[in-house]
Amino acid sequence: MCAHCGCADGTESTLTNLQTGRHVHVDSAGREYTHEHEHTHSHGKEHAAIIRLEHDVLLKNDRLAEQNRGWLDGRGVRAINLMSSPGAGKTTLLERTIRELGAELGLRVIEGDQETTRDAERIRSAGANVIQINTGTGCHLDAAMIGRALRQLDPPRDSVVMIENVGNLVCPAMFDLGEQARVVVASVTEGDDKPGKYPYIFRRADVIVLNKMDLLSHLDFQAAAFEQAALELNPRALIFHVSATRGDGLESWYRWLRADSDKATS
Amino acid sequence: MHELGLTQEILEIVTQRAQDRKVTRVVLEIGKLSCVLPDAIRFCFDLCAEGTIAEGAQLEIVQPPGRGRCRQCGAEFNLHSVLAHCVCGSSDVEWLCGEELRIKAMEIA
Repeated sequence: MCAHCGCADGTESTLTNLQTGRHVHVDSAGREYTHEHEHTHSHGKEHAAIIRLEHDVLLKNDRLAEQNRGWLDGRGVRAINLMSSPGAGKTTLLERTIRELGAELGLRVIEGDQETTRDAERIRSAGANVIQINTGTGCHLDAAMIGRALRQLDPPRDSVVMIENVGNLVCPAMFDLGEQARVVVASVTEGDDKPGKYPYIFRRADVIVLNKMDLLSHLDFQAAAFEQAALELNPRALIFHVSATRGDGLESWYRWLRADSDKATS
Repeated sequence: MHELGLTQEILEIVTQRAQDRKVTRVVLEIGKLSCVLPDAIRFCFDLCAEGTIAEGAQLEIVQPPGRGRCRQCGAEFNLHSVLAHCVCGSSDVEWLCGEELRIKAMEIA
């Protein structure tokens, strides 16, 4: 990219005359481009200037995420970012996990939704301390929201914080929250082609929970095809088949949660 | 539509650096493997810039290609899609670049 004007595409080379300062861009077809203009004004502060920024747009979020990670590490707290499309069963999975493992792991929850505190009320009824974040028009949680929520939630040493992201398979994939692990919940009612359609979120998952397995016999969902597509994107992902409503297959999910929280405290 | 929030962030960074001078051009880098849609950023940019010192600024978007390294055989190659495989057949590919989302430069009047 041209250091003078920031021109980046379409030009192959730049000629700069050191005596006059004039520079010309030449594209692959030999066309020349200059940035000259009538010099009827003074060359004071008003002259157009190019400022090189090289500024990552997500820098602020990434820094805050690192701060969250440090804050969590300092307390030996493990945070898990739970993502899915709306209705895949994140809250149901959490309710059951809280009932069956909440006390053992010291589970706390940060709930993200655009509106209402409905999910947070469900989590509270299940027996866990919870902070609800309403994002309004926002389609994902970010590190600043999590930083504030963590301080409110004040999780004790060696506990586990589950962050239920806004139901969305696109935007949450981009935003580091400072979590130690990423979990994507998919369900058999969604279609087995979801990994290929939303590759970013599946690519970045540590664990994929395939939920609503109890409904499989009523649906044309090929679990093997889903698994193959998910592993093609992310060969190191762990995949658990569960039914959060009936409790089927949850042992492997619990085993992973236990092992994962041991890792944090060891 | 995370592009709206990202565009607001871009404009915040740009207008802060411009210190009240008019922003006439912004050069963005959006890697081919980033999950950001350049057209959506363009759409949001004009709307969000309205009424700010960046109103009417020209938005230039550069899209560097993706590059990956196969974790199985170690080969490095260009990635044209998120779903691309290595020639050895493995899909276990480390992304080396192509996920950039960066403000390269801006021009102020």
